[in-house]
Amino acid sequence: MLESFNFRVMFEYYPLFLKGFLSTGWISLVSLILSLLVGILACAGRLSRSRLFSTPAAAYIETIRSTPLLAQIYFFYFGLPSLGFLVPELQTGILALTLNSGAYMAEIVRAGMQSVSTGQIEAGTSSGLNYFQRLRFIILPQAIGVTIPPLLGQAIVLVKDSSLLSLISVMELTRTGQILTNERFMPAEGFFAVAALYLVLYFLLKSLSTWWQKRLIFRQAV
Amino acid sequence: MWGHYTQQLIHSLPFFLKGLWMTIAVSLLSLIGGTVIGFFAGVGRASRAKWLRRLLSVYVDAIRGTPFLVQLFILFFILPELGVQIKAFPAAVLGLTICSGSYICEIFASGIEAVPWGQREAAISTGLNRYQQLRFIILPQALRTILPPLVGQYVLLIKDSSVVSVIGVLDVTRAGWLTVQRIPEGILVFGLVGIFYFIICYPLIHLVNYLEARMTVQKFRL
Repeated sequence: MLESFNFRVMFEYYPLFLKGFLSTGWISLVSLILSLLVGILACAGRLSRSRLFSTPAAAYIETIRSTPLLAQIYFFYFGLPSLGFLVPELQTGILALTLNSGAYMAEIVRAGMQSVSTGQIEAGTSSGLNYFQRLRFIILPQAIGVTIPPLLGQAIVLVKDSSLLSLISVMELTRTGQILTNERFMPAEGFFAVAALYLVLYFLLKSLSTWWQKRLIFRQAV
Repeated sequence: MWGHYTQQLIHSLPFFLKGLWMTIAVSLLSLIGGTVIGFFAGVGRASRAKWLRRLLSVYVDAIRGTPFLVQLFILFFILPELGVQIKAFPAAVLGLTICSGSYICEIFASGIEAVPWGQREAAISTGLNRYQQLRFIILPQALRTILPPLVGQYVLLIKDSSVVSVIGVLDVTRAGWLTVQRIPEGILVFGLVGIFYFIICYPLIHLVNYLEARMTVQKFRL
């Protein structure tokens, strides 16, 4: 089958592939950062002792975890206009991705915070630091190192989840494959190239995660 | 206006139930297929043969590095080019099976590797052959570690089944998508879709937590 692979067409569509690749990377990055913020808020709410914060946070996390991302995307894509908000597809997609990823980020943030041993927090309290000083000087520096690998794992998930945005006509990598299928009847060239480009992103993020874990072990050993 | 739409929505409930049946059918078949593939692949992944481990990690990385949507498109659009005429439902089940098989492979492999090496040594020294070692010593103990993440993977499988709505399988998500064309209340329609998935997934997620609590080996205290 590879002999009949039309490389000339792929070369012709090279700008489109590049646009889709960069678009996917951009969408994933923006969603990663925003969902981290949402996750921190949701985690703080979940761990709060007041029911005013913990119940909505728990409801949010459980709802997101029990429903598929595609249904959530369609919920915002079809639901926001009926409320009167005419949001462009890209922003709707990023909103859906952010809210979905935020629920899983809450768990990652929680695990990161709880990885700092209580002895450290006790030492901080006995040294006279208040809550925010403890957070800034003791908890966060130690928690961040542990949080990076799961964060990169979530980045990989976001890259793959962003492919669903192609179904609400957002221009990204999977959409490039769809365009090649619709315009040129070449699904093989389209989707194999798309898959290869996704694998590039995947191995990039995976090696970043491995590098960070090695660095962490080295620093802890020293 | 909302009352009128709610009435129409209630009329289309049988349509959603048909979709629910399709979701369950796709999920169940893929679940069984994925577990079978994942079992054999997992045992191979944890084996001593380096070539087998490498081969299977190619399979696992290829699946985990690409979005399920792209895998589905590759199966649905490219298999006919290779001469295999495939309809939407079989393509969906095949795609979901292959995808979940790779994740279940990792779950089985880590479960098997978590069994203490001493058990394997004892099995070898008692004269059991490889098959007997697996069947009587390794796997029963590995099942403890495997069961909670396995059920968790089933939840992910059910959520991923929503993606197959794209190639025309009439599941709950597709039922919602078709309904929202007639009843332009995205929030009501996809709220209902979400409720259907919630009913299935939420109990399963709590089953995972219960299993995790049950399967933890209690400390032996004299």
